[in-house]
Amino acid sequence: MKILGKITILLCGSLLLFFTSDFPDFGDANSPASLHLSPYFIEHTLEDTAVPNVVTSVLADYRGYDTMFETTVILTAGLACFLLLRIPKRAVKNRYYLHEPTGVTLRFEGDKYPQESDVFKRIDSSWVPYDIIINFTCRLLIHFIQIFALYVVAHGHHSPGGGFQGGVVLGASVILFAISGNLRAAIKRFGEKTAALFSATGVFIYAGTAALCMVLGENFIDYAALAPILGSDRIMARSHGIFIVEIGVAVAVMAVMIWIYYNLSSAGKQDEGL
Amino acid sequence: MIIPIDLIILVLIIVSAIAAITVPDLLSSAVILGAYSFLLCLLWTVMGAVDVAFTEATVGAGVSTVFCVAAIFHTSRRTKD
Repeated sequence: MKILGKITILLCGSLLLFFTSDFPDFGDANSPASLHLSPYFIEHTLEDTAVPNVVTSVLADYRGYDTMFETTVILTAGLACFLLLRIPKRAVKNRYYLHEPTGVTLRFEGDKYPQESDVFKRIDSSWVPYDIIINFTCRLLIHFIQIFALYVVAHGHHSPGGGFQGGVVLGASVILFAISGNLRAAIKRFGEKTAALFSATGVFIYAGTAALCMVLGENFIDYAALAPILGSDRIMARSHGIFIVEIGVAVAVMAVMIWIYYNLSSAGKQDEGL
Repeated sequence: MIIPIDLIILVLIIVSAIAAITVPDLLSSAVILGAYSFLLCLLWTVMGAVDVAFTEATVGAGVSTVFCVAAIFHTSRRTKD
């Protein structure tokens, strides 16, 4: 069976390599892809949408359906993680508390444990107490990471980046907070319900903007229809529409990344974890 | 001279891809996959696809490595059966 698998892999690999030679060369001006669509996008993007970055306008405007359903796919991934992994918090059997005046660690079983106390500090059962240097450095860094993420989202029209990358960086800042401190502190600030609500809101912003264009009597995802609402001409309306949609993508991606991390790192208990 | 840099990165990508599946420890495998994603990001920057490179750096090298480590955190070194 092992030999059969290796033969199959070798055969498929050699077939792939053999047919790769039929592909156009890298940067070939006569390949089908660079004969019809690419020249159109490169020549018409600035006059159609007033967006200097061609990639952004192709992703959010010319190929808007693609990005919309990509966002839906990400929401589905977050939902699948939630449905597969999430179990009630009551399943946690033992809790460990540090009695701070004496430095003794106590184990509590069942439902009796100290609530919100000054002397008892909850510690994780499988994770060593976190380091103060790491904690402090990460707390210093998180602000700058978040400002950079907002810059990436807002500046996607002019530079590489956009909703997806900015959303991931925003989510990573919260994940960094959860890793450097502990998971409960992060959940207290950005809860599970918030994550679920934000991930649905992001997709709704995208689909809602697209549907609004249809309500105003034009095609789905034709942001030029938003011109009377945004108070600009039809070309700038497409640029603004791309920006609104990017914000939706960023919100959805940020929330889903955080949501998946909460479920994965705590094995669905959302109580203690990495 | 762009071609030699291209080739060096490509060789490193293949080396790290093979290392990621042959290393016995799961945690090192996850870290090597992160290095693989980062090298792929470099390759895309060399080829001029900066947007894709940015996505690869944030998603591939950043968040997916964290997800892998978070999942490996819940495994034990030896199986119980």
